[in-house]
Amino acid sequence: MTVPRHSALVPALYRVGEVYRELPDTVTLRLVPESGRRPPYTPGQFNMLYAFGVGEIALSISGEGAEESFLHTVREVGAVSTALARLGVGARVGVRGPFGTGWPAVQDTDVIFVAGGLGLAPLRPAIRRVLAGRGHYGRVAILFGTRHPAEMLYLQELEHWRQRLDVDVSVTVDHADALWHGNVGVVPALIARTTFDPNRSVAMVCGPEVMMRFAVGALREAGVPDERIYLSMERNMKCAVGLCGHCQFGPEFICLTGPVMRFDRIASLFSTREI
Amino acid sequence: MPVGAKAMIVREALQGLFDALVTEGYRTLGPTLREGAIVYDDVRHVSELPAGWTDSQEAGRYQLRRREDAAWFGFNVGPHSWKRFLHPPLELLWSARRSGDSFEITVPAAEAKLALIGVRACELHAIAIQDRVFCAGRYRDDSYQARRTDTFIVAVNCGQAGGTCFCVSMGSGPKAAAGFDLSLTELLGADRATFLVEVGSEAGARMLERIASRPPTEAELAGAQAALERTAARMGRKLDTTHLRELLREQAGHPRWDEAGERCLSCGNCTMVCPTCFCTSVEDHSSLDGAAAGRVRLWDSCFTLDFSYVHGGSVRHSTGARYRHWLAHKLSYWIDQFGTSGCVGCGRCITWCPVGIDITEEAAALRTPGRAKRKEVTHEEP
Amino acid sequence: MKSLDSILRELPFFAGLDEEHARLVGGCARNCRFEPGQYLFHEGDPADEFFLIREGKVALDVVVPGQEPVVFSTLGEDEVVGASWLVPPYHWKFDARATSLTRALGIDAACLRRKCEEDHDFGYLMMKRFLPVFVKRLHTTRLQMFDVYRKR
Repeated sequence: MTVPRHSALVPALYRVGEVYRELPDTVTLRLVPESGRRPPYTPGQFNMLYAFGVGEIALSISGEGAEESFLHTVREVGAVSTALARLGVGARVGVRGPFGTGWPAVQDTDVIFVAGGLGLAPLRPAIRRVLAGRGHYGRVAILFGTRHPAEMLYLQELEHWRQRLDVDVSVTVDHADALWHGNVGVVPALIARTTFDPNRSVAMVCGPEVMMRFAVGALREAGVPDERIYLSMERNMKCAVGLCGHCQFGPEFICLTGPVMRFDRIASLFSTREI
Repeated sequence: MPVGAKAMIVREALQGLFDALVTEGYRTLGPTLREGAIVYDDVRHVSELPAGWTDSQEAGRYQLRRREDAAWFGFNVGPHSWKRFLHPPLELLWSARRSGDSFEITVPAAEAKLALIGVRACELHAIAIQDRVFCAGRYRDDSYQARRTDTFIVAVNCGQAGGTCFCVSMGSGPKAAAGFDLSLTELLGADRATFLVEVGSEAGARMLERIASRPPTEAELAGAQAALERTAARMGRKLDTTHLRELLREQAGHPRWDEAGERCLSCGNCTMVCPTCFCTSVEDHSSLDGAAAGRVRLWDSCFTLDFSYVHGGSVRHSTGARYRHWLAHKLSYWIDQFGTSGCVGCGRCITWCPVGIDITEEAAALRTPGRAKRKEVTHEEP
Repeated sequence: MKSLDSILRELPFFAGLDEEHARLVGGCARNCRFEPGQYLFHEGDPADEFFLIREGKVALDVVVPGQEPVVFSTLGEDEVVGASWLVPPYHWKFDARATSLTRALGIDAACLRRKCEEDHDFGYLMMKRFLPVFVKRLHTTRLQMFDVYRKR
């Protein structure tokens, strides 16, 4: 006889409530728990999403929506992400989580969000949290770099943030055509152009590792202490509960002590090759 | 009999213990001869034990030999460890059945409880280490926990040291000190063979009461002690563990890693034979008609490229980096993660490495500062 | 009205410059204003004047046959436009175009080069200010070349 067992290794059933087309190869899924209750989460945490019969991948939570749902932004890069990105409304997916650490909950400081490409997805719930309680923070800056104007995630929401007078939003692209009137260049270059008090700031950085290395360099140069810089690290996540060993980054299990890590705690690992 | 009590049984009485365990519903596992090695498998009768056999081990070499006596446990450790049963190489985590747009998930039921017979001191430590990995963290592995809760352990003290053994360096042997229900020391007298039995738990005491025993003599106790001391003095290898945790972290750039990487075949043997290596992967399957799916968990090795794969490629793409990760994890990161070294000094990784890479030798080499590797330059004399 | 020397010393780029050196730079500088779409310079032109943006935005682009010009960098407040004025043969390698109303300090390149040549101490101080800008630009160009957001 087989009996259902509640364990961190067994997925819970969720239904696709809505599919938002973000980019030609990227969608945001609104996932509604079949149980009717979504577990609590902290911005920055991730879930393991299972496409029936195909496999499971780690995806950061990119927000919450109606019906106690999770939002997940998925780009078609492999078999599982492609299967997930092509699900229709009503389809079921397995969800394990939320797992890992979240972005720090700070107050009374300047907050600098530095996002590269899809790295905006894990930061979005943290940005929403800060903007919802705007009065509790000093200056707030959102610095976002992406490949090309046509590959800009959350375009409408970015525009909405940009229209607020209490947030400094800077967007830059690596490559542009003549129709683009915004910045061209890399996101770390925006850091030097942004006004904030480095000793009273918290920087939250997410993007490809190379971009994060340059961003950390620019933040340090601007005077931000290492212990005020937070990064979201990516490693191969399989079990998400510290039992399979895949996501090790030196002595850290990214699924347990990450993905969000304070830079001073990983500074020595960050510059070690193939660690 | 209280925990810590000692008794003597005649060797043949061990069959009584096997029988009692089977009666209690245990699946009895022990050493047996198969495919040119001493492995662990189902053993129900003492006649299946490798009587009169021993193993000779060196870096990259394992050979069975006939003993001059008929000892039942007169060998060290083979390619198997008990993790094969407590943390199986392949395990179904759950299966799912599709119904319309949805699917239903079920998990397999628990299996028979296990009795491990012939567990060495190093292996007791390895089991304790895996207990920490799977049961003491924020998340617990339910199926491992279920298997461990009901495990009955009969330890065996080592009467000899193997060529690649270094349990004394790791503080894990040769005497079975804790973590067993009963422990045995095999005493080969001139007239008859006996076991000195030590009670390690109340469950062990209850089992011992079901077979005939008598109190040991002073001479027998002294004989068992002498045998252990002899074993401890004859370790085939040694490893200096002073500041090993810090050393491995500081020496991430040591050229020795590249040198080991040049010899290492990335075969993953060391991780498979290691009694503490716990890394796994999962595979998702589905039936051809798409109606059923399942997830199995398999032993994995940090020596594969896939292990550290992230979108775009593998983090540890060179063999040297993968070897460094394995050794640093075992001897250093493990301490950060689980409060204990990941090595118990059993020597399996040395014996079963096809090119004979020796963990004790590699760790020692890191103590000699090496010059950072440069591109080879041919110096031309003017 | 403020003198150019004092305007200059208020710019972060020239912060901490002593009076004498500010006078030397100021002697080569003038105020410029560019309307949106107006070019600061074109590829191939002699690099005789470079600019320090006080306000506004400048796009650097290269012309690709059969295509719209490709913008590879945009520069803003307190950033230096142009490096070719420092190295022979002193010709611009790209176009620089104001994308919004831009006010800048134009610095006569030949004038500044001459003063650096005449007073090596002053020249060295100038190099210490310009070199980090160009090295940083080289680093960010590398990051841009990695194309880190591409699908692999």
